Amino acid sequence: MRWRLFTLLTLLVALLFAASLLTGPADIGVTESLRALIDGKGGATVLVMREIRLPRALLGVMVGAGLGLSGAALQGYLRNPLAEPGLIGVSASSALGAVLAIQSGLAATLALALPLAALAGAVLAVLLLLLLSGPRGGTLALILAGIAVSALATALTALVLNLSPNPFAASEIVFWMLGSLADRSMRDVWLALPLMLAGGAALFSLGRGLDALTLGEDAAQSLGIRLPRLRLVMVAGVAAVVGAATAVAGVIGFVGLVVPHLLRPLVGARPSALLPASALGGAAVILAADIAVRLIAPERDLKLGVLTAIVGAPFFLHLIYKTGKEAP
Amino acid sequence: MSACAEISSAVLALGVALLGAAPAAGAGRSPAVAPPPARVVSINLCTDQLAMMLARPGQLISVSRLAVDPRVSAMVDRARGFRPNQGGAEEIFLMRPDLVLAGSYTTQATVSMLGRLGIRVVRFRPAYSLADIRARILKMGTVLGREKQARALAEDFSRRLQALRVAARQRPRAALYFANGYTLGDKTLAGQILTAAALDNIAADLGFSGGGNLPLEVLVMARPRLVITGTRYPGASRAEAILDHPALGRWRKGGRSDTIADADWVCGTPHVLRAIRGLARVRRAVTGEKP
Repeated sequence: MRWRLFTLLTLLVALLFAASLLTGPADIGVTESLRALIDGKGGATVLVMREIRLPRALLGVMVGAGLGLSGAALQGYLRNPLAEPGLIGVSASSALGAVLAIQSGLAATLALALPLAALAGAVLAVLLLLLLSGPRGGTLALILAGIAVSALATALTALVLNLSPNPFAASEIVFWMLGSLADRSMRDVWLALPLMLAGGAALFSLGRGLDALTLGEDAAQSLGIRLPRLRLVMVAGVAAVVGAATAVAGVIGFVGLVVPHLLRPLVGARPSALLPASALGGAAVILAADIAVRLIAPERDLKLGVLTAIVGAPFFLHLIYKTGKEAP
Repeated sequence: MSACAEISSAVLALGVALLGAAPAAGAGRSPAVAPPPARVVSINLCTDQLAMMLARPGQLISVSRLAVDPRVSAMVDRARGFRPNQGGAEEIFLMRPDLVLAGSYTTQATVSMLGRLGIRVVRFRPAYSLADIRARILKMGTVLGREKQARALAEDFSRRLQALRVAARQRPRAALYFANGYTLGDKTLAGQILTAAALDNIAADLGFSGGGNLPLEVLVMARPRLVITGTRYPGASRAEAILDHPALGRWRKGGRSDTIADADWVCGTPHVLRAIRGLARVRRAVTGEKP
């Protein structure tokens, strides 16, 4: 059953990855574009496939997997179905870090400064949230703290961009709030990849600990799980993955919320199985959304976050409604 | 709408001149012709430059603050001799002008406020073609009461433009590519500069007549020999990052070149000739033609 699910998800991601490579305003045939991608002969077609569409599809997989994975990890650790990097302000704080790195000129002198600044923003936000909502992460405290952190980070991002001497910077508030993969390059892939891999590995290592945590903290500790270490790895992993994703693609909300929730019943509610399933599911969702924005408004750079929010926000409301009914 | 505003201000001026009814400065002294304006304020970058070329000494008292920005203004040194304005109604009113020169896209609220305050405003539409430039020069001459100078400037412009038009053996394909992937077609001033410099605009081939967004991959597939980008601004932006995309970098290495559309490209003034000359030089470098 579970193997079938993973095979299906992997196939889905592979299919959407191929579809993403074949979607774009330039009119190139399927065989021609795939040949150009693989053997590198064909001038402009090779440039389009290797330098424009390939990084876009790769980033779709990386960002989607990262968001799905960190959503599953946060929900598992906090045992709260509403936890999600976008909703609790981690993504918005990463965006603030990234914008500061870009506008201060730091990112221009040292390329890695961009994802690292985004990571720093994410770390601050996660620590602040854990401090405010307590170790058990009560739903109300977590969501309220998240709203505050998110609003503050978004406002400061807008302030920095409005004060920039560059006349185009202010209009980029939209990018940082809603995210996009348009016109990214392989540079962005290489920039995000190391942090994504490190953070992803950290989050995957949490599987056993999160499984034990479903039995409660005392039971988990009696099973030999060191909770402070678990928490540290979780914070570092989420910050690295979300920071890297946000630095190159902006804030894309709701993926980390919806994907783990849809997949949870299918993996028997075990966090260790939910982590890889959510990574695959997140990749599929972002790839699909990124194909959709190119089909709906081909020459307008519709933001990814628009689509994920249209699907995700009603879902979020439904979850709040259900959580409210279950609570005594 | 801008045409309406232009017509109505012209009608108003005529009414003032003929009837001498409105309490405007100087109205009624001469029964047929209103005296030329004595205190002129310009609040648009392009009317700034035309007015600086045509006004008699002392007639123009203030130009917009953009006129001293070297990224967009072709007459920075001249503009430094004038008081800069921010284009707000209150500030302009306090300068006591008898004529305000504005662009047709200047904030409607400012212009109608100035109108209510009894100040004559003349609006100029941007130039969309080289022929428009001649028309704007002549209009500025009429408005400032400097018809003779305007005719001379327009004649000189036409003559120099004619001299620039040479038979070109090749017309390499070029693209205008600005921040956010914005391009301009042939019914724009920049597009006409391209045509005058004997280049083919790929945006026109792709169906753009005005401005619009050209996806990077469509640009790459169109294989232009030359890409013309905009002046870069300080600070950083993702909008301009597209101009540094590796796909364009690789393409540059393939023997293609690029150049920058600077302040000479912005406004419909005789400075456009300088832009055409510079671009023709770049074209000859691309094709290897002798001048």
